[in-house]
Amino acid sequence: MTFFEIRHLSISFGGLRALNDICFEVQKGEIFAIIGPNGAGKTTLFNCINGIYRPEEGEILFKDQQLERKRPDKVARLGIARTFQNIELFRHMNTMENIMLGRHNHLKTGLFHGAFMWGKRSFAGKEETKHRRRVEEIIDFLDLHAVRNQIVAALPYGVQKVVELARALATEPELLLLDEPCAGMNSEEKQDMIFWIKDIQDLLGITILLIEHDMNMVMDISDRILVINFGRTVTQGSPDMVQKHPEVIRAYLGEDMEVGSHP
Amino acid sequence: MNMKRVYYEDVRFFTSGVVFFWFVALLLFLAAFPFLFKNYYVYVANYIAINVIVAIGLNILVGYTGQISLGHAGFFAIGAYGTLVLMTKAHLPFLVALPLSALVAALFGFLLGLPALRLEGPYLAIATLGFGMTVTQVIGRVGFFGGRQGLHAPELSIGPWNLSTDRDFYYLLITITILLTLAARNIIKTRVGRSFIAIRDADIAAETMGVNLVFYKTLSFALSAFYTGVAGGLYAFVLRYIEPEIFTLLRSIMFLSMVVVGGLGSIMGSVAGACLLSWMDLQLRNILNIPYLGEWLKTLSQSFFSITGVSNIQFILYGLIMILIMLFEPLGIFGIWIRTKKYWKMWPF
Repeated sequence: MTFFEIRHLSISFGGLRALNDICFEVQKGEIFAIIGPNGAGKTTLFNCINGIYRPEEGEILFKDQQLERKRPDKVARLGIARTFQNIELFRHMNTMENIMLGRHNHLKTGLFHGAFMWGKRSFAGKEETKHRRRVEEIIDFLDLHAVRNQIVAALPYGVQKVVELARALATEPELLLLDEPCAGMNSEEKQDMIFWIKDIQDLLGITILLIEHDMNMVMDISDRILVINFGRTVTQGSPDMVQKHPEVIRAYLGEDMEVGSHP
Repeated sequence: MNMKRVYYEDVRFFTSGVVFFWFVALLLFLAAFPFLFKNYYVYVANYIAINVIVAIGLNILVGYTGQISLGHAGFFAIGAYGTLVLMTKAHLPFLVALPLSALVAALFGFLLGLPALRLEGPYLAIATLGFGMTVTQVIGRVGFFGGRQGLHAPELSIGPWNLSTDRDFYYLLITITILLTLAARNIIKTRVGRSFIAIRDADIAAETMGVNLVFYKTLSFALSAFYTGVAGGLYAFVLRYIEPEIFTLLRSIMFLSMVVVGGLGSIMGSVAGACLLSWMDLQLRNILNIPYLGEWLKTLSQSFFSITGVSNIQFILYGLIMILIMLFEPLGIFGIWIRTKKYWKMWPF
């Protein structure tokens, strides 16, 4: 059984082939990076995995389950969580409640139990206490104590990114999709994020699919890399291998890079 | 030092002794209210309590889930007619008929929630508007519901108690209002309410975290309709007589303005908005009785603002106050409350 596999995935928007025959496999426990220029189809790929988009062709397999016809909440229930490139937090909730929403599938409080939360011994009271304790562990892990009770809309950009990561971790995923976790961060925040991503892999044993533009970071932490451009696979393999691929060099550094070629 | 954290404190109702004190004080005041004020004000209080229930229900939908409804008069009507019909035609006791008709309203809420899955903003407003107007039209044409003539409320008694006066009914109504308010507050603080807010703030993110959008959007509609249905059933006994004309579009808009003026996404705001607007609705007509100024305002409105020549100054003032609140405090009365609290936090330093 492969842990996660994508077979011949294709999707188009109007006449534009956003993804074309993408195939790759992810082993349990590895960090698998997807890189490519802007508009290459990386986020579209994530949206297909999550069930936000329906792919036209191909299969997405997660622990022998087909994902490509499933709704996003069903996909989440199977153990796939993600963060977003453009922060998608619940702006008017505080940090704690944002992360608590990640516990949604683990909480058992329904409408009636919720309405009758009379004190900490009631069912809803116990559930809230229990899961807030779990969330506090994540807050500890990601060092979010200072902003625990603050409304997230007012937090700095870098911290919001961390809250998104915390919310995704709160779902206790087996596969975590990180869409540019370091975009727009300063170098200190970036360092922290890299450590956390490694910790998530090593300590929590979560498999990570990573989209990132920072090449140093990608080459540093990824086990394997997939390069896509214009929706097509350019190459995939270990960081060393990918770095030497001529098309990758061309895609990232541009053509005609010979010294003195400019007029 | 006790370093152990009690996580329940995040969601507990009495966050401090002060809150507990004011809550008890409020309960005592509400219990003593009928003895402190004359009968007319007890009727006013009943009217306000009805609107508080609706405003809270509507705020769950509009303020917390971020959907809009211009059709809540429809649910209000379903609650009112349902309760009366179940009592007079099916001879069910009040305490069975009321929740049953509220559940019928919730069912209609669920059905109205289905198109809401695909509609947003102005489109949803029109769809719900159509629903509200349809309900009134249908009820007005069916003889079973009394047609244009309307229905009279039967004598109300629960067990040994006969609740025939405003004063007796007040206690039943206030109890239900307080229970529903606390329930709404608890729902918002726990899993279901968090999902509502999540859908409002970022629906795609909520979905990828495992929130079933179809379920929670329709649940929000159903819950909101349930509250409104309960309020409708109770309103039938405040008025003791209902007719289709009560449940017009204007009433739906009234409900919505209570929620917006009070403050979207705030239970306290809904209570405040409902109190203010229903009080203004009943009391602004007295403005004409103010010596000198009243006469002057009357002539002013008769000669400049009215097409028919009938004084309408109370409606103009009503609108004016609403515009001013929205202009200076877009968060509604709740915003004023937050700012006041912040201002006095450090008092007297």
